[in-house]
Amino acid sequence: MAGWLVAGVATTGAGTFLGWDGFTIQLGNLIVILVMIVLFVLALILPFPGGKRRK
Amino acid sequence: MTAHTPAADGVPVEDDDAHTWTGKARRWMLGKLPPDKLLPEDQPSYVMSWAYVFGMGAVASLLWIIISGVVLGLNGPQWYHVSSLGSFVNSTHLWSVELFFMFMVVHLWLKFWMAAWRGGRVLTWITGMVSFVVSIVAAFTGYLLQTNFDSQWIAFEAKDALNAVGVGAWFNVTNVGQIFVWHITLLPMAVGAVVVLHVLLVRVHGVVPPLEAAEGDAQLRDSAWAPSHPPEPVSPRDSAKPGDPA
Repeated sequence: MAGWLVAGVATTGAGTFLGWDGFTIQLGNLIVILVMIVLFVLALILPFPGGKRRK
Repeated sequence: MTAHTPAADGVPVEDDDAHTWTGKARRWMLGKLPPDKLLPEDQPSYVMSWAYVFGMGAVASLLWIIISGVVLGLNGPQWYHVSSLGSFVNSTHLWSVELFFMFMVVHLWLKFWMAAWRGGRVLTWITGMVSFVVSIVAAFTGYLLQTNFDSQWIAFEAKDALNAVGVGAWFNVTNVGQIFVWHITLLPMAVGAVVVLHVLLVRVHGVVPPLEAAEGDAQLRDSAWAPSHPPEPVSPRDSAKPGDPA
């Protein structure tokens, strides 16, 4: 039981927060948003492998 | 008794005189989603694009969420909070949720800018949005089940809002047993049902074509988005024909 509690506590971190003026965001959330934007742009510009072989 | 006529391949085909609810349901389902539309062997050429990958990426992530969730649920919190393997499976459960939401959001963005509700695909769009909303609730209950100070903080931040809208008795975020039931039974069933319906609707109506390939889609040809209705002109000057008075 004690190990369970310690394991639970150990997963809790304060996190890193970035802020500009009145805007604050947690670093992990910012990374996820940026990754999604990068995936969106790459999906539009990258050629699909094997796409030219299709009719 | 209904009559059967053999098809070319020898499989009996039901005639139009189905009179039981099972027969009528079968006729309706086969009409809406014949096997060649349910499991097609070919797709339009514009589907060979990364823009058509993220929906299936979200489905693949969801499958791993369910598989890892079953393993976690059967072994229990004292396994996944203490043992190394349990922590690893717990982490894959979290990261597959992260991937599920990232793929789903990119899929949503791509389909929004493709106006994916065109050509009678409104219900496909709506079920996609509903699956997104239900998934958020399912993920929220997952964060409540971390059984750490984070989950306690999240629960006590959320309880007042949920009590204010009158659902606190049946969705009590401070009752970890109740939230466990929501998280491993009711909400996964809801997400699964809506996602299955969404995918079936995609198969019924076909994937939406890009805006510039609208003329290749039968449903768009039969709707108000048909190429016989050209895009709205940007300005009156653009719509003027040669020889028209300015």
